Amino acid sequence: MTAVVDTLRLTAEDAIALVERGEVSPAELHAAYLGAIGEHDGELHAFLRTVEHDDGTSIPIALKDVISTRGIATTAGSRMLEHYVPVFDATVTRRCRDAGLSILGKTNTDEFAMGSSTENSAFGPSRNPWDPERVPGGSGGGTAAAVSAGLAPWGLGSDTGGSIKQPSALCGNVGLRPTYGTVSRYGIVAFASSLDQVGPVAKNVRDVALLYRIVSGRDPADSTTVELPETVVLPVAERLDGLRIGVPRQAMALEAIEPGVRASFDAALALAEELGAEVDECELPLSFDYGMPCYYLIAPAEASSNLARYDGVRYGLRGEGETYRAMVERTRDDGFGDEPKRRIMLGTYALSAGYYDAYYGQAQRVRTLLVREHAAAFERFDMLATPTSPTVAFPVGDKAADPLAMYACDLLTIPSCLAGLPGLNVPCGLSEGLPVGLQLIGPQFGENALFRAGHALEQALALDLVPERLR
Amino acid sequence: MAITRDEVLKVARLARLELADDEVARLTDELGAILDAVSKVSELDLSDVPPTSHPLDLVNAWDEDEPHESLALEDVLRNAPATEGNLFRVPPTA
Repeated sequence: MTAVVDTLRLTAEDAIALVERGEVSPAELHAAYLGAIGEHDGELHAFLRTVEHDDGTSIPIALKDVISTRGIATTAGSRMLEHYVPVFDATVTRRCRDAGLSILGKTNTDEFAMGSSTENSAFGPSRNPWDPERVPGGSGGGTAAAVSAGLAPWGLGSDTGGSIKQPSALCGNVGLRPTYGTVSRYGIVAFASSLDQVGPVAKNVRDVALLYRIVSGRDPADSTTVELPETVVLPVAERLDGLRIGVPRQAMALEAIEPGVRASFDAALALAEELGAEVDECELPLSFDYGMPCYYLIAPAEASSNLARYDGVRYGLRGEGETYRAMVERTRDDGFGDEPKRRIMLGTYALSAGYYDAYYGQAQRVRTLLVREHAAAFERFDMLATPTSPTVAFPVGDKAADPLAMYACDLLTIPSCLAGLPGLNVPCGLSEGLPVGLQLIGPQFGENALFRAGHALEQALALDLVPERLR
Repeated sequence: MAITRDEVLKVARLARLELADDEVARLTDELGAILDAVSKVSELDLSDVPPTSHPLDLVNAWDEDEPHESLALEDVLRNAPATEGNLFRVPPTA
């Protein structure tokens, strides 16, 4: 069938309006996106699987493949769960369905959301729509690539140390990592539970706010969730008068930030000042030196505990073994790829007798200092800004053999994740023809303020965020 | 080197990972490099800093103690690699 709408530039809000005016039916819209996927996903590999029919009454959504979907395989990008079909929906899936959204498909991710490029997916990497020789970022690279290329109006990702914000930066879309505790993690394949958060990815800030409104709020099935202190407001602001934006001096001193990224970021901040914002340097003395080491102790430690459940007994892969123990060990060696194994080993070591205090205990104390220094910064500033990623999208294979180089991709996103704070990636320009993202970090529950500022910046920047090669 | 081959083998046993020989060699090098990097946290004197237990100041939320519907047994067993009756079947423990 011929597509009734061109999905390439269609925002979720406009798509909803088309459906509400009866200009296109939900089924026709779903089919139009499947058509776009058929045309482009051979090259991009954003989706691990698509859903042919769905009885949704509104527009489609793409879900990262760590989000449980009843009756639809959910693999977390791992051989371990290759044939796993959830018997229940994640709470966020249920909320999407309740809002009438149709499930378009499940998007590619680094295995168990561990990575910054999707190259750790057991099912092969996704590609960046701006340049298929380059990665889309990760772990949520599938969703980011899909939204950029018009293969989905919006999607949900999960973010532990940057898995929503960084791919959004590399693909040129908007992504929100919400305040810890505002979106249910029930039914999400767990990675590091004190850090994992689910959040929206879309073409613009208003769409992200709308999806956040749909999925957020307390869930009795996730005891870490809270009710939002204020309702989500779709932003209309075009000015930033009086907004105090702090730029951490220690972040901008990092040599890892590419000159082109720095130039785009600086230009966007100059524009923010023209819109009335007060931009000034601020201090986060420890966050950028100690955030990475702290994160790479806490996240693997929690991962080693969470991934202990994959034992070949109740679901997932089972390896051969004469005894129970041999079966479990074979299952885990066969089912986990290199990165989960590295993190399980690192985390098990950091938690083991004799090392716990020096590694995990010490990291949790460092985390307290990072929480405190962010709180101190918010006494003077309404929000903080840095580039989201130190680099633009890098070539596939560039960092695949060097775990520490891959870990450094999240240098700028990790500190606020450790502090439990919300962060919004907003595209702020191009460098070498590739998108550059700016992250706005807010205080706890500061999402509405981030949406207002992000929307005003987005309007003023007026970037064309459709990849040049697809225009 | 921050971690020895014997330590890697010990941790693999704790983590229930049967690693191939080449994996043990590679992980010994990689974990050594990563541990060198993350050991930076030990530079700070944090004896008077409490560890973070949760980034938000939450108070406990109580739910009513009411029965809820749970998954049907056939759904619980649907993804199991091996079952017998209403049980998960596994190899003998020894």
